[in-house]
Amino acid sequence: MADAAIQAHDHEHPGFFTRWFMSTNHKDIGILYLFTAAFFGLIAVVFSVFMRMELMEPGVQFMCLEGMRLLPSAEECTPNGHLWNVVVTAHGILMMFFVVIPALFGGFGNYFMPLMIGAPDMAFPRMNNLSFWLYFTGASMATLSVFLPGGDGQTGSGVGWVLYPPLSTSEAGMSMDLALFAVHVSGASSILGAINMITTFLNMRAPGMTLHKTPLFPWSIFVTAWLILLSLPVLAGAITMLITDRNFGTTFFDPAGGGDPVLYQHLLWFFGHPEVYMIIVPGFGIISHVTATFSRKPIFGYLPMVYAMVAIGVLGFVVWAHHMYTVGLSLTQQSYFMLATMVIAVPTGIKIFSWIATMWGGSIEFKTPMLFVFGFLFLFTIGGVTGIVLSQAAVDRYYHDTYYVVAHFHYVMSLGAVFAIFAGIYYWIAKMSGRQYPEWAGKLHFWTFFIGANLTFFPQHFLGRQGMPRRYIDYPEAFASWNYLSSIGAFIGAASFVFFIGVILYTLRAGKRVSEANYWNEHADTLEWTVPTPPPAHTFETLPTPDMWDKGHAH
Amino acid sequence: MAHTKNHDYQILPPSIWPFLGAIGGFTLLFGAVLFFHDHGPWVLLAGALIIAYVMFGWWSDVIREAHEGEHTPVVRISLRYGMILFILSEVMFFSAWFWNFFKHALYPMSGQWPPAGIETFDPWHLPLINTLILLLSGAAVTWAHHELVHNNNRKALVQGLAIAIVLGLLFTTFQAVEYSEAPFGFAGNIYGASFFMATGFHGAHVIIGTIFLFVCLVRAMRGEFTRQEHIGFEAAAWYWHFVDVVWLFLFAVIYIWGS
Repeated sequence: MADAAIQAHDHEHPGFFTRWFMSTNHKDIGILYLFTAAFFGLIAVVFSVFMRMELMEPGVQFMCLEGMRLLPSAEECTPNGHLWNVVVTAHGILMMFFVVIPALFGGFGNYFMPLMIGAPDMAFPRMNNLSFWLYFTGASMATLSVFLPGGDGQTGSGVGWVLYPPLSTSEAGMSMDLALFAVHVSGASSILGAINMITTFLNMRAPGMTLHKTPLFPWSIFVTAWLILLSLPVLAGAITMLITDRNFGTTFFDPAGGGDPVLYQHLLWFFGHPEVYMIIVPGFGIISHVTATFSRKPIFGYLPMVYAMVAIGVLGFVVWAHHMYTVGLSLTQQSYFMLATMVIAVPTGIKIFSWIATMWGGSIEFKTPMLFVFGFLFLFTIGGVTGIVLSQAAVDRYYHDTYYVVAHFHYVMSLGAVFAIFAGIYYWIAKMSGRQYPEWAGKLHFWTFFIGANLTFFPQHFLGRQGMPRRYIDYPEAFASWNYLSSIGAFIGAASFVFFIGVILYTLRAGKRVSEANYWNEHADTLEWTVPTPPPAHTFETLPTPDMWDKGHAH
Repeated sequence: MAHTKNHDYQILPPSIWPFLGAIGGFTLLFGAVLFFHDHGPWVLLAGALIIAYVMFGWWSDVIREAHEGEHTPVVRISLRYGMILFILSEVMFFSAWFWNFFKHALYPMSGQWPPAGIETFDPWHLPLINTLILLLSGAAVTWAHHELVHNNNRKALVQGLAIAIVLGLLFTTFQAVEYSEAPFGFAGNIYGASFFMATGFHGAHVIIGTIFLFVCLVRAMRGEFTRQEHIGFEAAAWYWHFVDVVWLFLFAVIYIWGS
């Protein structure tokens, strides 16, 4: 048994490589996810700042064929549309696949889902690490693809994150193939993660924790995992068709050989619509816990909240073609997808009103996480309402591919989901690190980000209504003023992100030490608040008893 | 040990396999991109080797842990959930290929299906024989399972597995024969692309399933499975039946209805 003893010893005090590269610990893997997502998030934010610099004024000033510029210059500039397309694509692919979902599902899901259900770890701790490293591989490949030979004799692929053929099948070079494989790997990572999460949720809940007593965040991860498990394999099929069309002469999407490019759009959006719910649903879970804690009330309508998430998940699978109203769908199809889409407003409404009802009559405390909840509710509601506008096939004729759509999906994702991520970080950072963030800094971050993000995206509604199309490097003078304002907002938003990184670094190195298990109040009553702060490597080595988590309210 | 574990879940020591597997994945896919762009298959093959090595090492660890008694009843439930969910994701993967086939068969761009000039296989010759072979193979696996569980008959277990594997290999051989006689190509026409990708991915799954069954055969011959503990075999059997069912759909949809 000498061998086992040595292993056990290593296990307790692992070296750097062992701890972070060979981990089988859900908390360490969750932290890896959060840091990696933040890193690729920073790259994606840099891309968005570069785009807003270019769009700040009419004409092309920075993305020139003569070379990329970072400062204004009087020299001649020939517009480089390919560079613009590459930046748009990379921003989208990184944000969609490699930033938001890994942070929410991989990061918080890994760290807090097992803690909240009282599980000692994930069901498959080693496969958990494979999910992480495949995610890292995919994100690296996506970033690398920007620098490999691509279309138009330049580097990178400029086809948009949706990878529609014929653009994606005709874009030359290695870049596109590598980007497609990046999406493949990220899909494999997510599917393995989903299998792990579902199994953990179903098989490892604490004794006595029935499904109707399981906290909302684990529920949200469970619903998300089903969305991933059932939709990502379909995307895998679709991009495999792209790869064989590109490299082996098949004609899945090429009408010259009997194929159909619209088929790709169906397959992509069959994944793509559940994808946007994968992004937002874990956020729902976080928002519920933060709201309850800082309203000092149990969450209102626990069971409807659970089933609203389930309903959103199910409906997410049957509305995909509302992204495709303009491709020539029959009137019947359009009517169906329009009505089905509008139905989603019902469970979403249940959630929004239940959060408001939770706050109603509560003793609300405006700590930073709660500010982000308010931000989330405000912005997600705006994004949801513009979603109802866009769901109407007739209205979408006008709005399709305009900045109105850009504004809509950034309100739900860049603002909704990202505000939920920040709420989670400020809510739990002291639990994870044992050090608390400075309250003033969190609040400053919130207000700069809130103002910056609104300033960026609110004017884009007006631009869309005026008919400005998305995905273009330049625009007529008529759109100048709102674009100028939008760019100012983007710079404020990006500055707030840099400030946030500073806040995190400060907190981790010099933040006030916290040692109480529950440093908020008694309404933070899920199981992660019963373990020490910061938690030891292994938690719940003795499984929790019902009195530790069953407070008898909320149902 | 500094900590004591008072539950039946599995807590694993650190492992190099996931990290190494991701390196293998990167090498494989980057190698595939190089291969597509005429830089030779060597990086691709190196990636495949790394992945094969990782799979061998990783699953060896799993089997060793099983022998050490780490697979308690609750862990076995987890392993079953994991396999079922994995098969479910595979079902969705195949639904993408069926979706493609149905779309083109129901709404062909050229107005007719199969497209003009495409001569399809007669389903009632080799495809029917192959259907029977694969179903018989599935029956052999189920027989082996029943002999193990109800009669604890190791000899019949080994025989059943061997029959299933031989029939699986026969199926793959006949598919190869059929492919070599195909009157349509892979490239340039939607029928060939849809046919070969759907049946080809199924064929790949048959080969993987055969390897899976072969590993189980070796383990069965070493006497590793007991009436209660044979998760690996159970997973292989489920996978094999999944491959069966996909084939039935392929046979019904592509070979019979779609031709």
